[in-house]
Amino acid sequence: MNSQIQMTEAPPGVEGQGFFATRLDSVVGLARKNSIWPLPFATSCCGIEFMATMASHYDLARFGSERMSFTPRQADLLMVMGTIAKKMGPVLRQVYEQMAEPRWVIAVGACASSGGIFDTYSVLQGIDLIIPVDVYVPGCPPRPEQIIDGVMRIQDLIGKESIRRRNSEEYKKLMEEYMIK
Amino acid sequence: MKTNLEYKAEFLNPDMPEIPYSTLNLGPTHPATHGIFQNVLKMDGERIISGEQTIGYIHRAFEKIAERRPFYQITVLTDRLNYCSAPINNIGWHLTVEKLLKIEIPKRVDYMRVMVMELARIADHLICNSILGVDTGALTGFTYVYQMREKIYEIYEEICGARLTTNMGRVGGFERDFTPKVFDLTRTFLIEFPKVWRQFENLLSRNRIFMDRTIGTGPISVERALNYGFTGPNLRAAGIDYDIRSSDPYCSYEEFKFDIPVGTTGDTYDRFVVRNEEIWQSLSLVEQAMQKIETCENGIFHADEDRYYLPPKQEVYRNMEALIYHFKIIMGEIEAPKGEVYKAVEGANGELGFYLISDGGRTPYRLHFRRPCFVYYQAFPEMVQGQMLSDAIVIMSSMNVIAGELDS
Amino acid sequence: MSITNEEIISYIETNLGSVFEVQQDNYGVLTAEVPVHQLYKLVNFLYKDLTYKFNNLVTLCGVHYPDNKGKEIGAVYHIQSMTHRILIRFKVFAPIEKPELPSLTGIYAAANWMERETYDFYGIQFLGHPNLKRILNMDEMTDFPMRKEFPLEDPYRQDKSDFHFGR
Repeated sequence: MNSQIQMTEAPPGVEGQGFFATRLDSVVGLARKNSIWPLPFATSCCGIEFMATMASHYDLARFGSERMSFTPRQADLLMVMGTIAKKMGPVLRQVYEQMAEPRWVIAVGACASSGGIFDTYSVLQGIDLIIPVDVYVPGCPPRPEQIIDGVMRIQDLIGKESIRRRNSEEYKKLMEEYMIK
Repeated sequence: MKTNLEYKAEFLNPDMPEIPYSTLNLGPTHPATHGIFQNVLKMDGERIISGEQTIGYIHRAFEKIAERRPFYQITVLTDRLNYCSAPINNIGWHLTVEKLLKIEIPKRVDYMRVMVMELARIADHLICNSILGVDTGALTGFTYVYQMREKIYEIYEEICGARLTTNMGRVGGFERDFTPKVFDLTRTFLIEFPKVWRQFENLLSRNRIFMDRTIGTGPISVERALNYGFTGPNLRAAGIDYDIRSSDPYCSYEEFKFDIPVGTTGDTYDRFVVRNEEIWQSLSLVEQAMQKIETCENGIFHADEDRYYLPPKQEVYRNMEALIYHFKIIMGEIEAPKGEVYKAVEGANGELGFYLISDGGRTPYRLHFRRPCFVYYQAFPEMVQGQMLSDAIVIMSSMNVIAGELDS
Repeated sequence: MSITNEEIISYIETNLGSVFEVQQDNYGVLTAEVPVHQLYKLVNFLYKDLTYKFNNLVTLCGVHYPDNKGKEIGAVYHIQSMTHRILIRFKVFAPIEKPELPSLTGIYAAANWMERETYDFYGIQFLGHPNLKRILNMDEMTDFPMRKEFPLEDPYRQDKSDFHFGR
């Protein structure tokens, strides 16, 4: 056994000869969090820092995100990087609605989180006005290490998510607030 | 619901009306468009007949914001115009303000600025050419070459603290002197980069597949290019050697020795090769700048203008005049003359111009950015007519359209 | 041999007569205010002229001076000759009730989007433009945002209240 290979921690459970009993949530969460397929919605400067994160120096592929899916139908994580103008709002909303459950959203950069330095008539002051966001990564632009930290927080969220979350009352109320069917 | 046979009968029917052209939405979010702009293409099968463009998906109203900010706060906005080569935008803006305020810049500052601007030009052309490789399917070039961009980022970090949106320099020079580490990093870069770039060129420049895909796609004739207001590598690929660094020199460019690479047909392959050659020229310029800095007196990194450049803190605490200037500069109440100035620098994409109307107040009355991408992207439908869809992607990528510059 | 501004002024005046009014500029650029009906003729003459070859429209932008009654909205044209390295600047003004200027798309293809941008920001109608609609702002917008009376910030935003930001 090669001792340099790093294995991820097994969730707590009961082990025996030929079986391992644990909660379904933990196993599904473990599988999901280490194989996220992100959709890079890169609009401006933060997109270039994302390209740096994807390149070989700060490799994001070692976290399981080797395949960037550019179609929302096959993506898990919507990474919104860069300023979203009001003209782009409906496009972003449509892309979010086309994603299948379970889906998560990460707002990378100050412009996506809250409008950034552009407090103007044409910039949407934060994407959480139109879609629900899970993790915000501040910075202008955030360093690749910060983007990776954001992705790791998403991994925490995914690992601990309950299977029944998407059908719960609270989630349905959240979707109703954003008027997403 | 029609059956298959019924569809076929309809298609083979000679009395059926003409098949109309199909429309394809090369939409705002597309993996191959570098930034968000939309092209609705009218196509006849695989050939493109015409295209209608929609831009403005990232309009952040820079020109309106600039009317409310004092001069030193506008540097932050200029970073985000062409974010791949932010120092060129910053230094261009500082040159505009220095022209308005009629400030004399010492030679050492000029050479430092040249060094930084040429590194930024290398960084921008790196991205453009490697992404052109990615769009034709060669992902390896991108990953190898991007590592060199990280080296340039390290140099920027040592100079000003930030990687991408640098906010570098001040009106009158730089905020701090270049540490010896900057020169060490640059020397290492100048040794390592040529090998990597030679590898990248070997991968693509004489590659049969790449040449077949890019030669003859998206040509533009010289007259049309001039009429469309092309500048920069796109115009040089069409055949005209117009470079602001040689025709209207700024920052002591007249003392440097460099060539201007020129293409013939203006197609994608010419643009690729022109940018490659410009990287070699920029490397030589960086070397020359470093040699010239060594001949200058050490320690000068800003103009000797107390009215516009922050005086050193020891003076502020002792001298009344320095205290007043410090206060005035921070509050933005500098004595700007009334007047208007147009200054252009050679950005990585072409002529980046700043038209500043000042009415004597603390903020500009009107600031207009002449953005090269905005001007030459208009020619895209003409360049794409008659080409196939996959050529459209390659043409767009070789024109190096950056969305931040397109919609200001 | 560098060409002075006076040479150009006298060349234009001998060929076209007095079409513009030269303004003073402290930075050496020939700046002139041109009345609306002379603009197309002047620019066409300069474009076709082979002595100086003004073949490059550098930029075109709008300005708004709310205090100049009768001449509030204007456009500033920068035209350049690449061979002789000369830059000249023309300003054209129009009243705010009827901001109409001739379009230069027949001469320079670059003027197409530049005029659309100026229309989008200031509301200047360019007569003869093939496709004058908004380019950078949303199509549904009815105001012209770069005019001086239009506010910078969106007044309906919730999280950045003017009270807390000291406005």
